[in-house]
Amino acid sequence: MKEFKYTITDPVGIHARPAGLLVKEAKQFASTVMIIKGEKSSKATSLTKLMGMGIVKGDEVTVQIEGDDEEACAAAMEKFMTENL
Amino acid sequence: MKVATGTKIVNGIAIGKIRIYKAPVYEISDSLVDDPIPELARFEKARVKVQEQQHALYEKALQTAGEESAAIFEAHEMMMEDDDLIDACKEIMAEQRHTAEYATRQGFDNVAQMFREMDDPYFQARSADMIDLKNAMLDVLFGNDSDSMQGTEPAILVAEDLAPSETVKLDKSLLLGLVTREGSSNSHTAILARSMNLPTLIQCKDITDDWDGKFAILDGYNSCIYIEPTQDLIDSLTAKHNEDLKKEALLQELKGKSNTTIDGKTIKVYANIGGPSDIGAVQVNDAEGVGLFRSEFVYLNSKEDPSEEEQFAAYKRVVETLSPKLVIIRTCDIGADKTIDYMNLDKEENPALGYRAIRICLTRKDFFKRQLRALLRASAFGNLGIMFPMIISLREVRECKEILAECKRELANEGVKVGEIQLGIMIETPAAALCADELAEEVDFFSLGTNDLTQYTCAIDRQNAKLEPFSDTHHPAVLKLIRMTIEAGHRHNTWVGICGELGADDTLTEEFLRMGVDELSVNPKSILPLRKKIRSIDLSKS
Repeated sequence: MKEFKYTITDPVGIHARPAGLLVKEAKQFASTVMIIKGEKSSKATSLTKLMGMGIVKGDEVTVQIEGDDEEACAAAMEKFMTENL
Repeated sequence: MKVATGTKIVNGIAIGKIRIYKAPVYEISDSLVDDPIPELARFEKARVKVQEQQHALYEKALQTAGEESAAIFEAHEMMMEDDDLIDACKEIMAEQRHTAEYATRQGFDNVAQMFREMDDPYFQARSADMIDLKNAMLDVLFGNDSDSMQGTEPAILVAEDLAPSETVKLDKSLLLGLVTREGSSNSHTAILARSMNLPTLIQCKDITDDWDGKFAILDGYNSCIYIEPTQDLIDSLTAKHNEDLKKEALLQELKGKSNTTIDGKTIKVYANIGGPSDIGAVQVNDAEGVGLFRSEFVYLNSKEDPSEEEQFAAYKRVVETLSPKLVIIRTCDIGADKTIDYMNLDKEENPALGYRAIRICLTRKDFFKRQLRALLRASAFGNLGIMFPMIISLREVRECKEILAECKRELANEGVKVGEIQLGIMIETPAAALCADELAEEVDFFSLGTNDLTQYTCAIDRQNAKLEPFSDTHHPAVLKLIRMTIEAGHRHNTWVGICGELGADDTLTEEFLRMGVDELSVNPKSILPLRKKIRSIDLSKS
């Protein structure tokens, strides 16, 4: 399993459009990606649940990646989040 | 052939097919089905269809409204392929044996509810998106193929009534004319129809559903609409329609000429506009400036409170494009008949006399400051005037000016450039007209809002169609208040314009000129006819 932390810098947080893009990105990999904030967590592939976590600017989230392609997936997720969130 | 009559709002003739618009009401059965397979298939088919519709809306918005507005449809598209949402709906069909319609309502409402209960206003506002998508799904499932309320071909739109926000969404290029069963001549639908110069009939009580798709001619001159007219009528009304087009072309010749009477008095003729999309109309009709930019349409077109950036972009576009022409932007005039979900305003017994416009702005200071900061930032790009609506007292004007000064200080500290601005107020309450002397000391200009001034002076609710027989748009009391306001303004070097509907009423133009009005601001289509009228007046002859 791979894990990294990321602090959201986008002014409105994980809102609809970037959340949708995040889902698309995560779906490209075989690994399961979990987004965790405090006690809440969601698969990165489920849009409404992800939005339901209400992640806003300044929140630190933990991203956990587990699966056959977890190396590549973790690198891609980290890159995506830095560029979009 | 059938003939139906109503009250005309705009002269002119529209020829084409009728399209009936109905806000659908769906009855969803809670009875169970034996076999969930067909329901699952119907759901899936509808889901794909709605996703395609959202994609089409995205493409359209991208071309007509820009990327920022289009993004919302892109998000809709993504929501329509969300596994959680789809799985939840499927479970209601597969496990609970409910219909596709029932599952849609349940599944989408649950997510909408989840958003509504979130703390962050942005996420709360997403519940409206889910409701939109639910309605789109139900439209498809019930076989109501309403890609949009207007379809794809230009048509005469027939409806019970239209809310201001519905009217705003109309695609003008698909709109030949408008017929409603309800509505009053001063409603916002009517005002918009005038500004678009759209042949319009209201109070048309004989509308029937079987008109849909039929060929018709709307005859604004005679306040009626002919359904499947005879060939004779088609010929004569087409000829009249062509005459109108010729007259229109003649008016174009007046472009570039000044608004000067025969005896040499020149006044300004400005345009009333509702948003950046009207810039073209300002230029085509040769307005010397914008006397009223109704900024609330920035709010009505948005699903959530528009940010300072969004507002700045809209204001800057108008101010910069029209520079060096003066553009007067009226601050938020929400309330009364213009309500917005995200503002969470209470229902009021008497909204016209209620919590609206400057009253909201002065109590929700952060909301007000967002707009003022956006305006001040836009002022660096052209010639801007800021105008406050619904003023009744000197205290309010001073408070507005203090908040404006505070915004200026903030921007100066942030190193943001701000231009020179003219400051003005709407005179649309009898209180303001009667205190005009005191108010004039505080501002550069007055703009008379004759619609509200008439409503408040005569105690006639402009939304109430039953009061039409009692209303007198030329009521002497209103004209007296206009005269008093102009005279008071001039005593203090404050220029005075009229931006209400009366400004375009050419039976009053001469009287207004004699009162000494400095500016008339009218819908763009009325600018050249008004110029023609002004150029025919000779004030030296009484």
